[in-house]
Amino acid sequence: MCVVTSTLCPERTVAKLSLEEVEHIAELARLGLSDAEKETFRDQLSDILDYADILNRLDTRGVPPTASALPVSTVMRRDELRPSLPTEEAMANAPDAEDDQFRVRAVLE
Amino acid sequence: MSELYWLTIHEAQAMLGRGEISSLELTQSVLSRVLDVDNALRAYINLLPEEALAQAEAADRRRAAGEDAPLLGIPVAIKDVICTRGVTTTCGSRILESFVPPFDATAVARLRAAGAVLLGKTNTDEFAMGSSTEYSAFFPTGNPWDLERVPGGSSGGSAAAVAAGEVLGAFGTDTGGSIRQPAALCGVVGLKPTYGRVSRYGLVAHGSSLDQIGPLARSVEDAAILLGCVAGHDPLDSTSLDVPVPDYLREMKSGAGLKGMRVGVPREYFGGEGIEVGVEAAVRAALDLLVDLGAELIDISLPHTEYCIPIYYLIATAEASSNLARYDGVRYGLREDAPDMWGTYYDTRRGGFGAEVKRRIMLGTYALSAGYYDAYYLKAQQARTLLRLDFERAWEQVDLIASPTSPTVAFKMGQKVDDPLQMYLTDVFTVSLNLAGMCGISIPCGFSDGMPVGLQFMGPALGESVILRAAYAYEQATEWHKRRPSVS
Repeated sequence: MCVVTSTLCPERTVAKLSLEEVEHIAELARLGLSDAEKETFRDQLSDILDYADILNRLDTRGVPPTASALPVSTVMRRDELRPSLPTEEAMANAPDAEDDQFRVRAVLE
Repeated sequence: MSELYWLTIHEAQAMLGRGEISSLELTQSVLSRVLDVDNALRAYINLLPEEALAQAEAADRRRAAGEDAPLLGIPVAIKDVICTRGVTTTCGSRILESFVPPFDATAVARLRAAGAVLLGKTNTDEFAMGSSTEYSAFFPTGNPWDLERVPGGSSGGSAAAVAAGEVLGAFGTDTGGSIRQPAALCGVVGLKPTYGRVSRYGLVAHGSSLDQIGPLARSVEDAAILLGCVAGHDPLDSTSLDVPVPDYLREMKSGAGLKGMRVGVPREYFGGEGIEVGVEAAVRAALDLLVDLGAELIDISLPHTEYCIPIYYLIATAEASSNLARYDGVRYGLREDAPDMWGTYYDTRRGGFGAEVKRRIMLGTYALSAGYYDAYYLKAQQARTLLRLDFERAWEQVDLIASPTSPTVAFKMGQKVDDPLQMYLTDVFTVSLNLAGMCGISIPCGFSDGMPVGLQFMGPALGESVILRAAYAYEQATEWHKRRPSVS
């Protein structure tokens, strides 16, 4: 058996995403998409999610999730003063700045 | 061997040490090679000739003053997702096209401390998301063995540069195979260290539970040298392992090589329609040689292998969608101004990200969203546990696992670029190792259709010395790594 081909299912098992779902995801990600991109992603994401459906063959009841392969838990550092990035350097890449502050469009009306 | 740019790091160290060459001569030779071939190959996003020559002269002065350091005067290249102080770090993306980091990544700081000459920043798929380097926002990189084919990815610029003699060694990053697969496709050595072995501080985040920085080189020995320079605990990365770094060179050459080593051969990684016949033949021949060199092959099963691609692409995209939320046009990077704040976010991310990055943000956001989290993200994390247990069982029987690195040799440019699922499937032999937090290396083991084939050794967590020893023993018995591509 080879994994490269055995998992490509010829028939769709998961319903295709709706245009509204695609728009909702883009909104959650604050991602501007053209109408053409929405249609393309609708098809491609549906195909990928359909492929991912093979995970439902696995019985994962009672299996703990793995978030990290590391045997390390929360690491703390000492709470002490140390040098930090000078303000000028921290601001150097700002698209727009004024008086050592990042300028943005109004958040509230 | 006539040209200095083809020297291995090990050879260059010896010649520099004996005063037979200067770093300035070596760096000039490499730079002139880049000028000869990079118009066609396009491995570099940003070449730094003046800075490199100045560093080479400084290295020569330090050596004349009696100093020595592991990489003193040796040119290396860095994938452009790793931050370099004062040097643009684009991640292959329009959104960071003019971003100049105010700090060095820890790996870069350690390379500077080791005396390396920083030659330039290499091309990458945008934010390291891809397997062909075609998703770079700027240009694709060619394969030095055939310019119409891809070099693999996402560290395709680093792999192509090393293979073409455009640098002595390079660093890439590997989230799901992005060091090993391009190394295989370009015919060089690529090593992905254990998660936590090399600091991620200053590595622009893609999949934070998976990303690792590692070396690409023209010999196993060079990979061991480069790894030794960057490995080790870093208080600036809370996921960095506080474990001593062994002397990789000494451990690589110690013991009896492959003699007595138990090499697992996972049956799921061989014998299907998706693996090219020539790739499988080359890897099978390599396994035969391992036996000749004293290894014992053990048939093993990694039963959850067929789930590794969906597990990986749900987890990596979920992590990426969260990591890439920081690109909002406020503090750094591109800003596309709109009349209000929300419009500025949408327009900045619309114009700043390419198609593959948007696709992965969408997939990851979906997998994390209300109503789908349990079905996709949590399910993938649970399946990740099962995949890890496959390997834990395997380590009870074997010292390392051998497989092809990639199911195919380098494919033609454009062949998979509009078919994301086919592109994802090229990672089928590499992603499991990242998900399980282990280490792995790809080394040249033959040719198929005129293109290089890679042999992958996977090792347990912190098993770098074991995979290096096996790879070194195999390399000593073969000539594959000495072949040079036709690009000129």
